[in-house]
Amino acid sequence: MSDLDELYQEVILDHNKSPRNYRVMADANRTAEGYNPLCGDHVTVYLHLEDGVIRDVSFQGSGCAISKASASMMTAELKGKSAADAEELFENVHKMLTGAAADGGEKVGKLKILSGVCKFPARVKCASLAWHTVNAALHGDTRPATTE
Amino acid sequence: MKAASHRADSRDAACSFEVERVRADFPILKLKVHGKPLVYLDNGATSQKPQGVIDALIQYYSAENSNIHRGVHYLSEQATAAYEAAREKIRAFLNARSEKEIIFVRGTTEAINLVAQCYGRGSLRSGDEIVVSAMEHHSNIVPWQMLCEQIGARLRVIPINHDGEIVFEEYQRLFNSRTKLISVTHVSNALGTVVPVKAMIAAAHAHGVPVLVDGAQAVPHMRVDVQDLGCDFYAFSGHKLFGPTGVGVLYGRAELLEKMPPYQGGGDMISLVTFEKTHYNVLPYKFEAGTPHIAGGIGLGAAIDYLSALDWQRIAAHEHKLLSYATERLADIDGLRIIGTAKEKAGVLSFVLDNVHAHDVGTILDQEGVAVRAGHHCAMPVMQRFGVPATTRASFAFYNTIEEVDALARAIYRVRKVFG
Repeated sequence: MSDLDELYQEVILDHNKSPRNYRVMADANRTAEGYNPLCGDHVTVYLHLEDGVIRDVSFQGSGCAISKASASMMTAELKGKSAADAEELFENVHKMLTGAAADGGEKVGKLKILSGVCKFPARVKCASLAWHTVNAALHGDTRPATTE
Repeated sequence: MKAASHRADSRDAACSFEVERVRADFPILKLKVHGKPLVYLDNGATSQKPQGVIDALIQYYSAENSNIHRGVHYLSEQATAAYEAAREKIRAFLNARSEKEIIFVRGTTEAINLVAQCYGRGSLRSGDEIVVSAMEHHSNIVPWQMLCEQIGARLRVIPINHDGEIVFEEYQRLFNSRTKLISVTHVSNALGTVVPVKAMIAAAHAHGVPVLVDGAQAVPHMRVDVQDLGCDFYAFSGHKLFGPTGVGVLYGRAELLEKMPPYQGGGDMISLVTFEKTHYNVLPYKFEAGTPHIAGGIGLGAAIDYLSALDWQRIAAHEHKLLSYATERLADIDGLRIIGTAKEKAGVLSFVLDNVHAHDVGTILDQEGVAVRAGHHCAMPVMQRFGVPATTRASFAFYNTIEEVDALARAIYRVRKVFG
């Protein structure tokens, strides 16, 4: 598979076309905004956090296929996870995206499909934007998260 | 598609000789990227450098390197002469009256900041108005916003129409007794619009208002005569004019520059320093504190030498052909919308593809060897005006070819294939 085919796999294109959990959450108790100043990608992540567990998570925003698909897959993966598990996953995803995961990203489950991004350094920030944003939401950071 | 390639062949025959000849002067154009010939269509971001410019940098560092305006030794005299010769080349290039009016800066951004701080803070008061257009680069917006915050002035914006052209009647309506400065781009970096700056300057001068022209995207495409335009300030960057990065030019009318306080304090901008009082140096040195980018200035001089030897009528015809052919080819692609459809355009073709973000377009084009810019082009208000988050921008230089436009179109068809 060429680098490009690996980047734009069917699953990613599908998440881009029909993103999961793409909605404003009325009863969110944590929200955070993320912004990539380089390209103008913009995402808002909504969390419903209860007893340290992510009961519900959704997002809205505008961005490229990689940022949208990554955000969509993230929401699917985070639902039901504890905040601590979510943070650990964030660390592992980040390592995989930047090519720093020693095991090539075995610890990230389905999200391994995004591992092709590490061959496109200019796109790493697209894939990690939603993750930075959810991390800010979990920490109750009210300033917009950026990928810088 | 077939008909289009036929058209391409016949068009290309008319100008291929010149293009191939100039391409040979730019070593980087022989590169392959991801196994494909480089198709460099990101000239609006920065242009490539001819061998003459690269040689000038090597020559300076190998045989002339020294500090300028201060050494009594041989090398310093050589470096000073080369640097000042570059200033004279720039003066002639812009047809300025005097070398005193040519200030070396880091680039267009610094030139505009210099005028905002030195002219703006010296001559504008609280309540005064500064006018820019709706298609400015951030570097011709933010320095004025900073000035407005500092002195309580107000920024006003000339609207543009849906083709990306200045609405001239609206511009004229903005003038009042508080209007103190116009700062407008010559060619839009995001849309390619050629702005009618000469008429705008005449209108401003009728109200006694000075005008700064941001020429960063204009000088690579057309010859500029600051006396003919009548502008009070003109700014451009060396690296977009086939010269080195880190050097640019502010032209200012001597009469205005004389009245302005210095930009930064330091060496070279003084004539006498005591702890009681410092006397500033004469123009242009008053605005050139510290050791400048000497090699960059000399390299920019070499770029102007190179450009001066070219036939600009033929280049203009070639660039016009490139842009109109590219516009035609891209308009044929389903779901592609061109952003910026002004009657007068230079060098830039911005577009959006239905359901595909510019970043994805940029990545796939890159895999085909085609270098473009994807994003907001440091002109976020322009993106907002057209209701798009970002565009893909192909920007041309005289060394681009009709075949490269075909490669661009083929690569966009590949984007369509990936995204279905």
